[in-house]
Amino acid sequence: MKQIDLVIIGGGPAGMSAALAAYEQGVTNLLILERDSRLGGILRQCIHNGFGLHRFGEELTGPEYAWRYEEKVLEKKIPYLLDTMVLDISPEKVITATNTSLGVFQIQAKAVILAMGCRERPAGALALAGDRPSGIFSAGTAQKYVNMKSYLPGKNVVILGSGDIGLIMARRMTLEGAKVHAVCELMPYSGGLARNIEQCLNDFGIPLKLSHTVVKIHGKGRLEGVTIAKVDENRRPIPESFEYIPCDTLLLSVGLIPENELSKTAQVELSPITNGATVDQNRQTSTEGIFACGNVLHVHDLVDYVSEEAEIAGNAAAAYLRGALQSNLHIPLSTDGKIRYTVPQTITEEKEITVYFRVSDIFRNATVKVLDGDRVIYSRKKQKVAPGEMESILLKPVQFAGAKALKFTLEVE
Amino acid sequence: MNHPYDIAIIGGGVVGGMIARTLSAYQFRICILEKENDVARGASAANSSIVHAGFDAHEGSLKAELNVKGAEMMASVCRELGVKYQNNGSLVLGFDLADREALEALLRRGTTNGVKDLRLLEQEELRALEPNVAKDATCALYAPTAGIVCPYELTIASIGNAMDNGAELFTNFAVTGIEDLGDVFCISSESAKVSARYVINAAGLFADAIAAMVGDTSFTIHPRRGEYLLLDRECGGMVKQTLFRTPGKMGKGLLVTPTVDGNLLVGPTSVDQEDKTDKSTTPEGLSLIRAKSAENAEGVPFGKTITSFCGLRAVGSTGDFIINLPRERFVNVAGIESPGLSSSPAIAEYVVELLKDAGLEFRTNPAFDPIRPATHAFREGSIEEKNAMIQKDPAYGRILCRCEGVSEGEILAAIRQNPRPRDLDGVKRRTRAQMGRCQGGFCSPYIVELLAKENGVPFESVTKFGGGSIINFGKTKEEA
Amino acid sequence: MANTRELTCIVCPKGCPMKVTLEGKEILTIEGFTCPRGKQYAIDECTHPMRTLTSTVRTSGGGVVAVKTDRAIPKELMFDCMQVINKTVATLPVRVGDVLVSNLLDTGANLIVTANQE
Repeated sequence: MKQIDLVIIGGGPAGMSAALAAYEQGVTNLLILERDSRLGGILRQCIHNGFGLHRFGEELTGPEYAWRYEEKVLEKKIPYLLDTMVLDISPEKVITATNTSLGVFQIQAKAVILAMGCRERPAGALALAGDRPSGIFSAGTAQKYVNMKSYLPGKNVVILGSGDIGLIMARRMTLEGAKVHAVCELMPYSGGLARNIEQCLNDFGIPLKLSHTVVKIHGKGRLEGVTIAKVDENRRPIPESFEYIPCDTLLLSVGLIPENELSKTAQVELSPITNGATVDQNRQTSTEGIFACGNVLHVHDLVDYVSEEAEIAGNAAAAYLRGALQSNLHIPLSTDGKIRYTVPQTITEEKEITVYFRVSDIFRNATVKVLDGDRVIYSRKKQKVAPGEMESILLKPVQFAGAKALKFTLEVE
Repeated sequence: MNHPYDIAIIGGGVVGGMIARTLSAYQFRICILEKENDVARGASAANSSIVHAGFDAHEGSLKAELNVKGAEMMASVCRELGVKYQNNGSLVLGFDLADREALEALLRRGTTNGVKDLRLLEQEELRALEPNVAKDATCALYAPTAGIVCPYELTIASIGNAMDNGAELFTNFAVTGIEDLGDVFCISSESAKVSARYVINAAGLFADAIAAMVGDTSFTIHPRRGEYLLLDRECGGMVKQTLFRTPGKMGKGLLVTPTVDGNLLVGPTSVDQEDKTDKSTTPEGLSLIRAKSAENAEGVPFGKTITSFCGLRAVGSTGDFIINLPRERFVNVAGIESPGLSSSPAIAEYVVELLKDAGLEFRTNPAFDPIRPATHAFREGSIEEKNAMIQKDPAYGRILCRCEGVSEGEILAAIRQNPRPRDLDGVKRRTRAQMGRCQGGFCSPYIVELLAKENGVPFESVTKFGGGSIINFGKTKEEA
Repeated sequence: MANTRELTCIVCPKGCPMKVTLEGKEILTIEGFTCPRGKQYAIDECTHPMRTLTSTVRTSGGGVVAVKTDRAIPKELMFDCMQVINKTVATLPVRVGDVLVSNLLDTGANLIVTANQE
């Protein structure tokens, strides 16, 4: 069996960034396994701009952002295999993969970085009532048809869910000549970025219907229309508000799910909240030597943060291979529900640590507090926090020195 | 008029398929007429996928006879056809004294019907056999001979095997008229005609309309809707047996069962309706399933739902299967509601006997091959077996459907195999590609491409399931 | 008589809410921006709104390749520019940054390729 020090599963922004970081730290026996025919991951079909401001100080499109990393991977001659699907990762880090030239093959890795990204929640998961016509797509599938295959999957469109891909596709389909009639969002707020509501909906006069959902699908061949309804505070449709909208296409942008099937085969412990692995500040999972980063760990708003996180994982994997990974503490981080989750979920080392977190609702004038028992070790006021926007705080070793456990809370006035 | 077929089978469901396959073992020219773009599009595509043991139907009924016999045949039929079948057993749960009495009656009936190894289980044994069973279940009727099978796979494989043995399939052939020309029937659709000496009416929900075309109005068929929720493959292991409740007036009630592909299936509801085409799911139906499942199993994880669907059972007006010759050379195989899937291999043999009695001459087809290679063989092979196949055809090394792990090679093989699929759903039912948790989000654009290429049609003309179910409206950019 | 416009900044993902008071076309005050680019966006948005346009163009290979305007163009010209984009064909191979159309509809922006394709 072939032995490789570090195998990175996935050649998207997380995988490439992790590989480059590990390479810079001296790991030269490494390999990226990518299932698509090119490096770049989902960014290849995200042709809109808005990527990289944080990282590169300029606005790039998805393919341009991916190319910044791909170029470096090529330059450093970091080995990668394309069109290669990983079928299994064992807890002992034996990776089974397949492609057309090597067939099914196995690699014994010393360290693994999981960077498989996420997938969209499909229509089926919503168990929408009504017929089962064609014309119902997840927004990303429609994006693939339009941007990669140059086919138009719809002319009269309703979008359910106001995630960023849905908003982006509202504009994209409009520019390609489709009419987008409405974006319905079940929650009283959008899950997408404010700028995308502005430039993708408002610019084109597309109504965003908050607290609305699709209650029925109509059409026996191609979709003919949807019935939408306003929902009450318990998210139940209000019968008097039913409205029929004729349309041939329903796009869904109702959430992203980290794609952790391989993590399960590796027996990596997963968080039921993030649907990703539970990790320490090094992004090391419950299985020693297996790291996770990017959208497979938790869904990010910005690729810039994916790259940042992947570098942490890449650096840590390199340290692990050198035998230099510190782990002399065990401080679990918990949350109060208003804060839904943190990444990392444990701290194992005394150093400056950025903790990312997401809230469960929109809160105004809230105070983020980190508690060690009754002791407040961190406190900061926030004007507004929203589920769609990941927050972060920096913890210094002096703050958590001696702590047994830390609790992240949000106090709302 | 073209040279007439010996036998025309109207309906490409599991009943028509099994009959076609059985008849293709003899020297007949056979055609199957299917109104949809593919076979297995009616009740055969959307049901509980259960091979019932045979204790439900009344003693002496055709249902009872053919169920028990069909269930006995199922394992070997599935083996020949390369169809997944699992003898997982079933449990009918009882909660109180009335249930217990009903279960005892079912036990007696089953034994009379010829069901083997039936017995009542007490709570302790029940819990040991099925740890996630509803807590309040105090006893159960255990039928170790019951099983599960993939119904559309069985349909596709039986029709494919019939075609491999010479039968012809006409899709998009909705029968609009049947004329008896004395020695042959002329069967018309809106755009085509075929003639056949014998007609077998296996038209499911529409069998009454087909029978009426030759003047037989002795029965009617009405649709009874059944809605289902299908859960992720990681949930299939939560129950081993198929769990039923003690039956009530509207049939066997809700069941919770693993499927042969490892998913968990919960349903069906049971509501009579008029419309034979309305297969829409309803909020009421789906919430009823969620609420009622607790009476079968504890803690069904509905958060892992990957899809919901509705099937229409073809309920006949006589209460039993309607298998007869209302006139010469015309056979009804109608009202094949539950346990129709379980009975289907036996129904086919029963029809053979009817035709023999009616004077049709049967001569064995020496070239008949009962074997159809399993379409899922690749996935189940060892690494060495997989590599042998990839070496022969590298397309097997490229995984297109990541959720179900389906390779391009398997998809291409399915597209090239009888009966050839022409739409996305056809590929889904044959290969499981798009059947997983992302529901085709990633792989469907690739499969559209393969279908277009293999069938020599433009990309934008590929449909989800034929008819008007197009996927794309054409190119985004102006052509040069 | 002064009037107020509420804007959501689109310059970066923070999406700062801003408030601009105007007297006719003259900007009196701008509140809520947190960076100079945000302030400039508010000024542009109230005088001549600008957008970067991203799309695809056909290629000589029969597929499409991703493109963008290399600077923002007047918002009202987006659909006119789409018409030009829809007629443009890129001759393969193309590299990131290749100019396909210079000075698109006199906007001063070039239409450039954003993905490599052989």
